[in-house]
Amino acid sequence: MPRYLLIESRDPFDSNDTRFCCDLARQLAAANNDVTLFLVQNGVLPVRPGARSADLTSLAGTGVKVLADSFSLKERGIDENRLASGVAAAPLEIVLDALAEGAKVIWH
Amino acid sequence: MADKKTITIAIMDAPYENARSTTTLRLIDLAAKRGYNINVFAYEGAVLQPFAAQTPHPNAVHGRSVEEENHFIPKDAIAALMREAEKNGGKIDWVNCGLCVDERGAANAIPGVRRGSPADFWQLSEASDNTLVIATR
Repeated sequence: MPRYLLIESRDPFDSNDTRFCCDLARQLAAANNDVTLFLVQNGVLPVRPGARSADLTSLAGTGVKVLADSFSLKERGIDENRLASGVAAAPLEIVLDALAEGAKVIWH
Repeated sequence: MADKKTITIAIMDAPYENARSTTTLRLIDLAAKRGYNINVFAYEGAVLQPFAAQTPHPNAVHGRSVEEENHFIPKDAIAALMREAEKNGGKIDWVNCGLCVDERGAANAIPGVRRGSPADFWQLSEASDNTLVIATR
């Protein structure tokens, strides 16, 4: 099964194009691909349960793994134990592992 | 150590301007610790990341000396990453886009940095296990 890692670095409160990754991830998963969305930098801001986390929770329900960079969470004072439903914290090693394993890795 | 891999990363951001620079260096650090070969193609403002004339400064506003300020200097971090990669059996091949260098007067780079072109990026990518383009928005 083809594997994709989509990296979202943008803040949905600042950028109006962050749905690109969610939409692409959803479509790739629907086409039977193994898809992970990895949030990094200000891209982790919507993992706080609230108005902008619904998209991530919904996406996780489609089989896409939704992960948030632990370091980015810590930098922003976001508690790893209080993330939106469907989202888990993960180290940046996720990206290197995906590259090493030949996944298609796309930065946004 | 995991299987040795070769990874190519393209970056475009100038130092001190965006968190993408930090994330890029974090990725290179992880790869260096694994002993991977890492190709970096620096494009546009990123050619200033290894600029040799970067100098730490004191902070007069807060009354801190150079030592107390302990300013982050990207070229020193890159040199340390090159040493880390070599220590673990890997190598960092850092290629600065030549035209980008000329435009910015950034030819004075640290040892280990070479001049190239987007054609090098293509060749590096072709010879790698995988490639990540960290684009500027």
